[in-house]
Amino acid sequence: MAVKILKRRPLSLLEKTYLPQILIGLKITLRNLFRPSVTLQYPEERPDIPEGYRGVPTLVKDANGREKCVACQLCEFVCPPRAIRITSRELETGGEDAHIEKAPDEFEIDMLRCIYCGYCQEVCPEEAIWLQDVFSISGYSREAMVFDKEKLYQLGGTLPDNHFKWDRKKAEEEAAKRH
Amino acid sequence: MDVFKILGITAKALVVVLVLLSLSNLAILAERKVSSWIQGRVGPNRTALPIIGAIPFLGAGLTRLGLFQPLADGLKLLLKEDPVPDHVNKFYYFLAPVAAFIPAVTAITVLPFGEIVRNGTPRPIVLADLDIGILFIFAVASLGVYGVILAGWASNSKYPFLGGIRASAQMISYELALGLSILPVFMWTNAPGSQAGLNLFAVVQGQEHFWNVFWMPVSALLFLVAIFAETNRLPFDMAESESELVSGFSTEYGSFKFGLFFLAEYAHIVVGSGVFTVLFLGGWRLPFIASYYSGGMTGAVLSVLVFCAKTFLVVFLFMWVRWTLPRFRYDQIMKLGWTVMLPLSLLNIIGYALFLAVWDGI
Repeated sequence: MAVKILKRRPLSLLEKTYLPQILIGLKITLRNLFRPSVTLQYPEERPDIPEGYRGVPTLVKDANGREKCVACQLCEFVCPPRAIRITSRELETGGEDAHIEKAPDEFEIDMLRCIYCGYCQEVCPEEAIWLQDVFSISGYSREAMVFDKEKLYQLGGTLPDNHFKWDRKKAEEEAAKRH
Repeated sequence: MDVFKILGITAKALVVVLVLLSLSNLAILAERKVSSWIQGRVGPNRTALPIIGAIPFLGAGLTRLGLFQPLADGLKLLLKEDPVPDHVNKFYYFLAPVAAFIPAVTAITVLPFGEIVRNGTPRPIVLADLDIGILFIFAVASLGVYGVILAGWASNSKYPFLGGIRASAQMISYELALGLSILPVFMWTNAPGSQAGLNLFAVVQGQEHFWNVFWMPVSALLFLVAIFAETNRLPFDMAESESELVSGFSTEYGSFKFGLFFLAEYAHIVVGSGVFTVLFLGGWRLPFIASYYSGGMTGAVLSVLVFCAKTFLVVFLFMWVRWTLPRFRYDQIMKLGWTVMLPLSLLNIIGYALFLAVWDGI
């Protein structure tokens, strides 16, 4: 490849004094002086969180107010930093939850370990764990940063989707019994 | 001299020094605000005083301007722990901030900052109306560098030492241009038959119709550049050069001793701007309006206000330049000082002398 050497234009006398350049610089900074600032006054103003933001992972309940999680422990296994710990229990046969087999007894996410990768949300077959738009969680101790089930539901709330999985399952079971 | 006169003079001096220190504090705040505005930030806008800050509208505005911030800063510097490193020379280490601070506030004594008309004759508002005014200012202001050199040496550590050495070398190179650049001003003021001497009030009186900056722009530019170097401001802040020397001469200092250095730097800037205003911007005079300060006290107050406004415009120029230009390299500063500033100031004197000869010939 041919190398093309560019000759530098020698500076004119005026340019050698640097004064015009300094004046141009001063003009630019003066213009910036009157521009509005880009600062976000954080605690009062919050940034716009885009769709699909991966914030704090939470548990959600379904439209009936039942917990969606069935304690399959997939999220616990997939979690790279092993922030999730689930203690599960088998549900008793009969009663309101008869058709649901399993539920988490304890569901803890250690927010100090969590890396907000979102694998848990991706792997969850029940769509029970969701990453929210909250990005600033804090606590006074390490223990306070381990969120238990109650806290996770409090943060997650209810997801009013239209799956009604357990209602359909119950209906199917009852229909099967009738035959 | 009786006791009351001494007390009166002391009280006057105290008032002037306190005003200078408040202005320096305001200059620190202004620096933070100007830098943040230039960089698209908002600057200090949170510190609020309990009662004044709670006044509806006004309090919020003052808080947004950060006017209470200097108070908090000063209090912080006062109350902070004051560690003294083991390796310093204790005596000179403690002496250095004082040696930097005292000249900075002493220079204000001969600077006239207004005029009052008594019995038909205008008198300067000044602490000491010396005949050698500008000489006194230069003598005292250049003492300020001793504080920097002492700090660099007494800290007994490499970066402060380099900062101190640079400050001294820079001071020597720019003091020459500083002194030579203002000679045309006094050549103009001391027209044949005038008894002005080196008095600063006479310089202002001489600019009744036209400011010196229009007569002698080269002098004004040289003087401005030289006081940038003299006050250790960017683009000549060799003594500090925080990107190379941590914090330069003040690296080993903390708490209130650092505060003294900081305040001294800004007091230097305020006084330097004041001197520039007196020498080149017509002091408290406005162009094309001859003598409008004849109205006794109101005229005096007005003149002081005009002077303060002009001074603060120059202070703003200091900050504006600081946040525009990068720092010169050490050898470039030396080169600029010795091969450009010095010959140019000599040429300027010769040229101006020729001009005056022709002018007087007419």
